[in-house]
Amino acid sequence: MTAGLQDITTPGGLLLVLAVLLPVIGLLAGLVLGGRHARSAALVTIAAGLAVALAVADAVLVSGGTLVYLMGGWAPPLGVLLRADGLSAAMMLAAAVVVAGIAVYAGRDFGTARGEPESRRSLAFWLLLLAVWSGLNLVFVTRDLFTGYVALEMLTFAAVPLVCLDGKGETIRAALRYLLFALAGSMLYLLGVFLLYGMYGTVDMALLAERAGPDVTTIAAIALLTLGLAAKTALFPLHLWLPPAHSGAPPAASAILSGLVVKGSWFLVVRIWLDVFPGVVTVTSAELLAAFGAAAILAGNLVALRQQRLKLLVAYSTVAQIGYLFVMFPLAAGLTAAGLDDAPARSAGLLQAVSHALAKAAMFMAAGLIYKSVGHDRIAELAGSARAMPLTLLTFALAGIALMGLPPGGAYAAKKLFFDSTAATGLGWLEVVLNAGAFLTAGYTVLVLAHALRPAGALLKLESRPSRVGELSALALALASLLLGCAAADMIPGASLAGAFTPAGILSALLILAGGVAIAGAFGLQLPWAGRGGGPAAALVALRRLTVAVGVLVVRADGALRQWPVATTTLLLAALAFAAVIAAGT
Amino acid sequence: MMPDTTTLLGLCAAALVGLGLYGLIVHPQPLRKILAFNILGNGIFMICAVIARRGAGAGFGGDPVPQALLITAIVVAFAASALAVATLLRLHGETGDTSIAPEAPAGGKTGGH
Repeated sequence: MTAGLQDITTPGGLLLVLAVLLPVIGLLAGLVLGGRHARSAALVTIAAGLAVALAVADAVLVSGGTLVYLMGGWAPPLGVLLRADGLSAAMMLAAAVVVAGIAVYAGRDFGTARGEPESRRSLAFWLLLLAVWSGLNLVFVTRDLFTGYVALEMLTFAAVPLVCLDGKGETIRAALRYLLFALAGSMLYLLGVFLLYGMYGTVDMALLAERAGPDVTTIAAIALLTLGLAAKTALFPLHLWLPPAHSGAPPAASAILSGLVVKGSWFLVVRIWLDVFPGVVTVTSAELLAAFGAAAILAGNLVALRQQRLKLLVAYSTVAQIGYLFVMFPLAAGLTAAGLDDAPARSAGLLQAVSHALAKAAMFMAAGLIYKSVGHDRIAELAGSARAMPLTLLTFALAGIALMGLPPGGAYAAKKLFFDSTAATGLGWLEVVLNAGAFLTAGYTVLVLAHALRPAGALLKLESRPSRVGELSALALALASLLLGCAAADMIPGASLAGAFTPAGILSALLILAGGVAIAGAFGLQLPWAGRGGGPAAALVALRRLTVAVGVLVVRADGALRQWPVATTTLLLAALAFAAVIAAGT
Repeated sequence: MMPDTTTLLGLCAAALVGLGLYGLIVHPQPLRKILAFNILGNGIFMICAVIARRGAGAGFGGDPVPQALLITAIVVAFAASALAVATLLRLHGETGDTSIAPEAPAGGKTGGH
C-alpha cells in the first residue's frame, strides 16, 4: 500500500464527518428543544443523515472510489483518518435505512401528543437513537483502533440506557449486566490496542498492516482485541447479557440493539482480521472463531425453539444470527492463504450483516406490535392473532424467511457466495452447520406462525389495533431484507440468483420449510397441533421424547454458560486459546 | 541486578490487571465489579504509561501519543464507571437489591394469566 497517496482528503470526504456529526447535532438540538420536540429534531436529522449515507454510497459503491478525510489535515500516525470503502459505505447505508425505519415505527410509542405531558422516556429514546447512529457511523469510517475503542464505548453507553427505558427493575438489572460485561470486553480491547502501540508506535490500521509481524505481543494483542469485541458482540458462549437485554427493552429499542448495535463490534473484528492482520492470523484460528459461530447457530436456534415468550425467542434468534456473522472469517483466511482475493468472504459477511439488520429489526417490530395489541407475547396463546393482525404476522413470516436464507434474501446470496468458495478452502463442516441453521430457523418461524394461525374459539379481542404506520415500516424492512439478494445480484459478482428459481432451487427452499415443520414438531416447547385427533404413533412419541430431552439439555447448558463467573472465565480462556492457536500456526 | 523502573512498573501493572480480572470474575456484587473494573483499568493505563516512558525521545520525558490516548481512555472509563454506578443506584432504588444474577432459567412451567 502506498501510504502517501491515500492520505489526502478527497472531495466529498467531508461527508464522513457529517455522517458522524449530524446525529450529534440532532442530539444536542433535541436536548435543548426538550421532550416535545426531540422527535421532530430526530426526524429532521434522520432525513439529512439518510441523504448523507446515500451520497456516500453513490460516491463509493456506484462510482467505485473511496472517501478519505484527514482530521485537521494531520496524516497518520499522528493524525486521525476517516475512510469509507465499500464495506463502510454499505453498512452506513444499511444503518441509515434501519434507523429511518425504526424512527417511523417508534413515532407512536415515543411521540408526545398535543396536551400530553413530556416524558423523559421518549426524550431519552430519540436522543439515544441518534447517539447509537453516530457511534455506529464512526465505527464504520474510522481507520484507527483507538478511535474504534472510543466509538464502541459511545455505542455501548447509548445502548445500555435503551435497554431500561421502561425503568422496570428487571430491565435495569439486564442493562447493568450488559454494561459490566461490555466493560470487561472494552478493557481487553484497550489492552490489545496499547500493546500494539508499544510494539509498532501506531494505532493506524494501514500502518499496522504494513508493520505487523507474527510475534508474541502481536498475537496476544489480536487475541485480546478479538475476544474483547466478541464479548461486546455477544458471540456464543459470551452472550449472557443479550437475551434479557434485547427481550426486555421496548420493541423499537430492541430493534436498534439487535439490528444495529451488535454489528458495530463485529465490524471491527472484520477490520482487524481482514484488513489489519491478514498476514498474522492463521486459517486454523479463523476456523476457531467460526467454531464459536457454529456453536452460536446451533445452540441459539435450539434455545429459541424452547422459549415460551416471543421476544425471548427473537432475542435467541439474534444469538444464533451473530454466529452467522463469524463464519466468514475462515473463508477469508483460506482465500488469503491460497493467494486469492478475499472479496467473496467480505461480500458474504456484509450481505449477512445487512440482511440480518433489516430482518431482525422488522421481526422485533412485529413482535412488539403483537405484544401491544394482544397484550402478551406468550407464543402458545397467540391463536387467532394471524386473523386479527394479518399484516404483522406476514411481516414476521417474511422476516423469518429472510433469516432462513431463502431466495431472494440477502442471506441467501451470502450463503451462495460462501458455498461457491468452500470448495477452494475446505470448509465442508461449516456448510453442514449453515444448512442445519436454516432448518432450525425455519423451525421457530413455523412454530410461531402455526400458533398464530390456529383459529381462536371466538374472534381474538385485541387490546388496541396495531398502528398501521408501524406495521408498514416493519413490513418495509422485512421486504428490504428479502429483496437484498436482487440488489446484490447486480452489484456483487458471484451473488446471482440464477439457481434460485430453477426447479431444484425451489425444491430445496420447500425442503427447508418442510424441515422447519419437522424441527418445530421435534423441539418446539408447546406444539400448536398437540391434543387433537387420536394422538401420534408410539414411535413418534418416543422420538419426540428424545428430541425434547436434547432441547432441555441445551437450555440447561445455555443457562450454565450465562452465569457470570462461567462467562468471564470463558472469555479469558478463549483469549488464551486464540493466542495459542495463532502462535502454533506461525 | 535491579530491574529498571519501567520493568518494575510494568510488573505492577500486570499485577493490577490480574487483581482486577480476579475481582471481576469472583465478586457477585455489582459495586465490587465496578471497583474491580477500575483496578483492571488502572493496570491497563499503567501499561500505557510504561509504553509512553519507554518511547521517550527528543528530550521529552515520554512519548506524548500514548499519553494522549491514556487521558482519553481515562475519561471514557470514568464515564463508564459513572454510568454503572448510576444504573446500580437506580436498580437498588427500584428493586431494593443489587443482584445481577440472571433470572430463573427459561423454559419452565407456563405462566398463569
